Amino acid sequence: MNTPAVTNQPHNPFASTDFEHVKERRAATAKWVTLALSVLLVIPMVWIISLMAIKAAPVLSWDYLTQDVSRMGAAGGIWGPLIGTFWLTLVCLLLVAPIGIGAGIYLNEYAKDTAFTRAILIAVTSLAGVPSIVHALFGLGAFVGAMRLGLSLASAALTLAVMTLPIIIASTREALASVPRNFREACWNLGASKWQTIRTIVLPNAISGILTGVILVVARAAGETAPIMLTGAAAYFKLSPHFPERLAPYALGDQFMAMSYHLNLICRDVPNMSEAMKFGSAFVLLLLILLINSVSIAVRVTLRRRKRW
Amino acid sequence: MASPRPSSGSWRASLSRLGDRAETPIQAVIYMFGWSSIICVIAIFVFLFLGAGPMLFKLNWVEFFTSTNWHPKDDGAAPASYGVLAMVIGNLAVASLAMCLAIPAGLAAAVYISEFAGSKSREWLKIAIETLAAIPSIVWGFIGVTIISPLLIKYAGASMGQNLLNGAIILGLMSVPLVVSLAEDALRAVPDSYREAALALGANRWEIVYRVLFPAAKNGLLAACMLGVGRAIGETMAVLLATGNKNQIPTSLIDPISTLTATIASEMGDAVQGQPHAQVLFIIGLLLLVITCSINIIASIVIRGSKENR
Repeated sequence: MNTPAVTNQPHNPFASTDFEHVKERRAATAKWVTLALSVLLVIPMVWIISLMAIKAAPVLSWDYLTQDVSRMGAAGGIWGPLIGTFWLTLVCLLLVAPIGIGAGIYLNEYAKDTAFTRAILIAVTSLAGVPSIVHALFGLGAFVGAMRLGLSLASAALTLAVMTLPIIIASTREALASVPRNFREACWNLGASKWQTIRTIVLPNAISGILTGVILVVARAAGETAPIMLTGAAAYFKLSPHFPERLAPYALGDQFMAMSYHLNLICRDVPNMSEAMKFGSAFVLLLLILLINSVSIAVRVTLRRRKRW
Repeated sequence: MASPRPSSGSWRASLSRLGDRAETPIQAVIYMFGWSSIICVIAIFVFLFLGAGPMLFKLNWVEFFTSTNWHPKDDGAAPASYGVLAMVIGNLAVASLAMCLAIPAGLAAAVYISEFAGSKSREWLKIAIETLAAIPSIVWGFIGVTIISPLLIKYAGASMGQNLLNGAIILGLMSVPLVVSLAEDALRAVPDSYREAALALGANRWEIVYRVLFPAAKNGLLAACMLGVGRAIGETMAVLLATGNKNQIPTSLIDPISTLTATIASEMGDAVQGQPHAQVLFIIGLLLLVITCSINIIASIVIRGSKENR
């Protein structure tokens, strides 16, 4: 008894057609191609950072961080530039944070949708797109020249503050906009004034976004070279050898050393400079920026978890 | 959430009362801060014009834009001559080559992050892209000089490692994060109802991307590319270090070039303020400012247009 072989399956109306197979295959290909291109962006970064770490490893030590620069960076350590970058960033932050956060509050809470507000928004986007070297020229003309601050830490910090202003305005504005409107309405209904509402409800709920913006500004200010190059960074500054002065060696009116400018000098072929010393400075700067950046990411992630809406 | 009013008697309460009484002055200060950006932009224009000074009228503008002869110091051998054509071409060449690398990779990464990735891999990729964006331009320049330059000499047969291609690679990697984040924002801004409608008609993920999202987000994507170009044109330190800074029109990928930004950065330190050389450098700065500001304003109009259409 042989049962006839099933030659013709009953037609399944739900089976995928050839066209649908092709569609699926196309979608899968697209997914993998875009994934491959994304990973392609990450690979050079990982490769470059690890290569720099390996080449810098021989010089990295406590002494390298705390000794003075000598022979244009070919010997000694990097204490001068390191502490210079710290003070430069701090002064810049003290200038830009109140103004930028205030401007963000104005734009999100007070400004009405008028032509003037739109002009301010255009100014913020244009300011964000101004090349860093143009900021340097502005700092040279306005702070070094017209305000007679000379080549100094103050001029450089002011220039950096103007440059980082749009970053902090944009992030504050975004953070405030993410606080739901009914939070504000509830507070107004309790009789609170506009400023009371902002101070007690809006700002505490937006603090993570604002902090992220502030930290981004720190990272940007610490790494930027062109604006400080024309406004006060010095190739060498003799530091006091004694302890307390070493922590704050530069007055506001002094020229100063900074990591980014130091690296710029190193790139121009300092005689007799070992490969490890070169990579040492570059890697310390990179590490510093990446650390600041990961703090910003950590702040964002932890505070986002605590959000209640 | 902070309580609207701390209990009375504590130092916080007195601070809070002080805060309430100071409402008017605080608001006045906030209004002033609100105008800071517009004041800064105006001040930048004013001081650049002041820096350029009388040279704005004395400069031979035809020569400025059509000559490649950049000889800024009148040293007796030849009269001073200010032609920036080679730098403009160098700037455009390095920026457009960089965009050839950055735009396809950036758009692909944005599509993957916004449409294909799961929440974990999306988070990691975004962190990686942010890290890429955080690397300072001087470090990119250093990478160009010390890591990419030997590779180009070895594998591309360049006689000088610091050249157009080196600059383009560095600049491409630098501007990718901006393109990715703006393009991702643009894709995110497309309402989910568009995706759901396409899904209901039988479209799969990829068909949604190229039949629905690309047309719907085209203005945002275009703006992302434009802002990437603006970024690439204005970049200074990395380009200064990686492109070799030689004033010539490039004829091949491995020619050293010079750009507007790099010229200002390398020559301003030596130029005497108030002399023609420094003033011409300020004019170049104005030129850069006008180019990048127009790119930014056009891009924001393009984005606004896309929002109003929806």
